[in-house]
This record gives sequence, C-alpha cells and structure tokens, in this order.
Amino acid sequence: MDAIQVQDLRKEFKAYSSRSGLKGAFRDLFTRNYKIVPAVNDISFQVKQGEMVGYIGENGAGKSTTIKMLTGILTPTSGKIIVNGMNPHKERERFVQTIGVVFGQRSQLWWDIAVQESFRLLKKVYKVSDADYNDHMDHVIKTLDIEPLLDKPVRKLSLGQRMRCELAAALIHNPPLLFLDEPTIGLDVLVKLKIRDFLKEINEKYNTTILLTTHDLTDIEALCERVIMLDEGNIIYDGALKSLKEHWAEGKEIQFEFLERAELSRLEELTSGLQVKWDLDEKNQVFTALTGDDEESVSQVIARTVAGYKVKDVKINEPSTEEIIRNIYERGMA
Amino acid sequence: MDKYLEMIRIRFLMMLAYRTNYYTGILIYSINIGAYYFLWNAIYGGKSDIEGLTAVQMTTYVAVAWMARAFYFNNIDREMAMEIKEGKVAVELIRPYSYLGMKTMQGLGEGIFRLFFFSMPGMIIVAFIFPMEFSADGLTWLLFAVSIFLSFLINTQLNLLTGITTFFLYNNAGLIRAKRVIIDLFSGLLLPISFFPGWAQGVMQYLPFQGISYIPSMIFTGSFSMEEAYSGLLMQFVWVIVLCLPIQVLWVIAKKQLIIQGG
Repeated sequence: MDAIQVQDLRKEFKAYSSRSGLKGAFRDLFTRNYKIVPAVNDISFQVKQGEMVGYIGENGAGKSTTIKMLTGILTPTSGKIIVNGMNPHKERERFVQTIGVVFGQRSQLWWDIAVQESFRLLKKVYKVSDADYNDHMDHVIKTLDIEPLLDKPVRKLSLGQRMRCELAAALIHNPPLLFLDEPTIGLDVLVKLKIRDFLKEINEKYNTTILLTTHDLTDIEALCERVIMLDEGNIIYDGALKSLKEHWAEGKEIQFEFLERAELSRLEELTSGLQVKWDLDEKNQVFTALTGDDEESVSQVIARTVAGYKVKDVKINEPSTEEIIRNIYERGMA
Repeated sequence: MDKYLEMIRIRFLMMLAYRTNYYTGILIYSINIGAYYFLWNAIYGGKSDIEGLTAVQMTTYVAVAWMARAFYFNNIDREMAMEIKEGKVAVELIRPYSYLGMKTMQGLGEGIFRLFFFSMPGMIIVAFIFPMEFSADGLTWLLFAVSIFLSFLINTQLNLLTGITTFFLYNNAGLIRAKRVIIDLFSGLLLPISFFPGWAQGVMQYLPFQGISYIPSMIFTGSFSMEEAYSGLLMQFVWVIVLCLPIQVLWVIAKKQLIIQGG
C-alpha cells in the first residue's frame, strides 16, 4: 500500500497588493487589490511505505505548503490526498495519530517546562502504553543521546540539543510516517550526522516512511534514494537521485596545480577548440577546468595541459549534487 | 480525557516556572481590592446601604469579585493570537486533540492554580485587613462554586471567540483589549449591575457579561434570594450552551481559510 497518494493537488493563496501613495492607502481601506497565486500547482505523486524521499526546491517553491496539506493543517483548494489510507483534513484527529512531524523552524516542545514533562504529556496525548513507551523511547533516548537533557527546560537547550529532543518527541508514538521540514537547519556537522544515522536506523528497523525537505543536499544524498524536485509549485523532477546526477551531470571538473607559474590565458589557448571553461582560485593557485558533455574531452584537456605545463597535482571531480541542482534551477527543466 | 488532565498539570508547572509573576499577581490584586475598598467607603460615607447593599456587603462583593476573577480570568485569547500570528498553531494542529478543548483546559489549569495559591491566601490576608462577611451556609458556598465554574466557561468561551478572530484579522490586539475592558465593566466587577441606570440594566440582561462576575459575587454576598440565585445560575448555563454555536461556526470557517504565517 502507498503511504502517500497525491492527485492533482492544488493550493491557491490570495496575494494582496497595496496601492501606492496616500490616496491609494485610503482606497485600500475599502477595497483591496488581490490576485490568486497558486503555491502548489496540480501536483501528483505517490510514496511507498518504507521509502525515504527528499522533497526539494527553492524558497517559496511550495514545499512547506505541500507538507502542511499532507499533515492536515491546510485545506487543499482542489485535488485528492490519501495519507495512511485517510484524508488528512477530514479525519484530522484520527489521522495525526499515525504521523510524526518535525518542523525545523518551530518547536513542538513546551518552552518553559522540562523536556521529560513534554514527553510525558505527548505520551498521554498519543495514548502510548507504559510498556511501549519504555521499550521504544529508551532506545530513542539512548541513540540520540538526550538522557542528560531530559530534566532541563527547553529554553535552556542549544539548538542542536533541542532538535534531537524534537525528533524524539515526534517519535513517541512510533508513527509509520515521518515528515521532516528542514530538520537540520542551523545544526553542526556532528549533530547532523547523528540525526541522519538515527533516521536511517528507524527506517530500517520499523520500515518508517520519511518525507524530508531540506536545503542541505548532503542530507538528501545521505538518506534518500528518491527526490522530488519542486519549482514554482510544479514538480520538475521525480525519480532516483542517481539518475538525476547521470542525466544532469554535464562533464567533469578537473583541478590542476602546477609546479611553475601558469597563466589563465595561456591555458585557454592550449585547450582552444575543446569544450572547456577555465577558472582560477587566486589564493591557492588552483586552476579548474570544467569540461563539456563530450566523453573525450577529459583526456584531451589533461593531455594538452600536461604538455604545456609541469603539473604538481591533478584531481578529477564529479560535479556535486548542489551544482547539478543549481544548474537545473538556473536554466529550468525545459 | 487523560490528556486533558495532563494538560492541566503542565499548566501548573508552567505557572510555577515563573514565580515572580505569581507574587506580583497577589500584590496587584491586593492593591486593587484596597483601592476599591477605600473608594466605596468614601461613597457610602456613613450611609447604611445603597441599592440594597450594605457597606460590609459591598466590601465583600469587591473582594470576592476580584478573587473570583483570579479563577475565571485567563489570557488564552492573547495566547491564541500569538500562536496564530507566529504560525505555532500548525504544531497544535498536528496533535490528536481538539485545539479549542486544549486551550480551555490550559485556562482551567491556570484558574485552579490561581484559586488555590492566589485567591485563597489572598482572601485570608484581605479578610484580616478589611471587615467582611462570609456566609456560613454550605448551600451558598456550593452555589457559588457552581457559579464561578460557569463564569469560567463563559469567560473562556468569549476568549476563544476573540482568539479565533485572529485567523481573520491577523492582528487583533485592539479587539482583545476592548474585550477585556468591556468584560471588566459589564460583568459587574467594577460596579455591581444593580448600580447601573435602569435602561442599561435592561440591555445587560440580554448580554452574557453579568454571568461572569455579577452573579457569583451576588450569590456569595447573600444579596440574592434563593430564587434569584437559581435563575442566575440558569442564565449562566444557557449562555454557556448558546456561545458554543458561534465558536464552532467560526472555527470551521477559520480552519478552511487558515494561512500559516511565517513559512
């Protein structure tokens, strides 16, 4: 069974615009100009139980709006959503029992009281039995290493500490589906790694479906095999992360360090006629050649460059996911 | 039900987390009662009674009205406005409980806390300083208890209504303040309803406000006959039922056109 089924989902917002000047401000008191802006534009996709899906897009692409509709917070303008076999908005109270949500930008723990009191309340709210709670949460608390934080009020925690507690709080009822809206925003590398490992573990152990939005593509690379990419409310890519790379990676990046002083213009001259773009990092004296799609060009560029200068070091890099995605945004999918 | 009781407990903990608020609260209430005591003494100026209330009954009325206020008063309208404005309401909506029900419980938790740790000690202190008259009749106390519980419900419902309007107005600080002043004035907290001019009393009979403070205070001071007390309770009860309707309607509309502010 699919954990998430979305069909022609659409959400429109009214965007008000103010008229200019004092006269305009007075007119705004009576009638206001607005236009209807679709934040999510007739999208459809399915997610299978146990999948980890990265949901990415620029700011304002409609990611958060989609998540809010999937979690039953917002009512869609039109379209059909079935999550865990239910309509999120219609059966909200029963439905939210089966999902866990982490919003990276807002806390779900009670600010003024100790973390364990929040946990205790959530345990009651989700009607988790003592046995289930102890069995499941002991493990979660140990893995996320939050034992020493439990008796501290949330406002005294650092961001990384709080985020780990938030994640634990979202998992108290061990939901089969987890929504994470920018869970690693502003976190240091160690905490990020810990959270990623933990997510992988619960996915393996409980076959938990995870839908993740983030701007940090390393999160996606580490966790998700599938990505859905959104742009201006439309899905522009839905498929494996690997084939996204294969499809969009154009050429390779070759880094040269030379034993002697090299000139950018001279390098360009050497490789003229090839599909290549040179760049210079002034500080480290590292020259970077970005080759074209042509498979021959890598060897060609290296051969000609080596013939011209004595080389100290050569590195060949795949373009990073980040570059690929930047490419897609800049040029559009079409 | 378990979760709602737990919420009351959490609210207790939250109140205890900020002790300064608690102490200054007692101080402010004592000052208010003191000020009204002297004001009313000056107004009575030796007269034995005004509008059927003796000076001692009046002092008791003022003290009880303020102490009852500690129980029924809460800031859930302002809290809701803040949660809606900051988009925190999103987090509330992903939980398997009724948002309005939880808010009511938070208000109740706050009310019970203040009743025991605030009104009662405050009342004892005030009773030493100002002459007051407490009824020895158990029935009066029972009716009073029922009455302030209904006060709490009416006041909380009005708060919920005001809070929900944030969904439509986005910024309703002015409305919240206006509501507060109207309740303080029309509920009989500052001035017993029987002191208002006849036409105003007539209008207020058709409003829910006197159910908040006037009725419980009059019951407690023994200024109501039994019959008046029962019809007062009935009126409070009817208002509790009637107010459910606009809350439900507004809530359904609000959820439909909800916009989560701030991403």
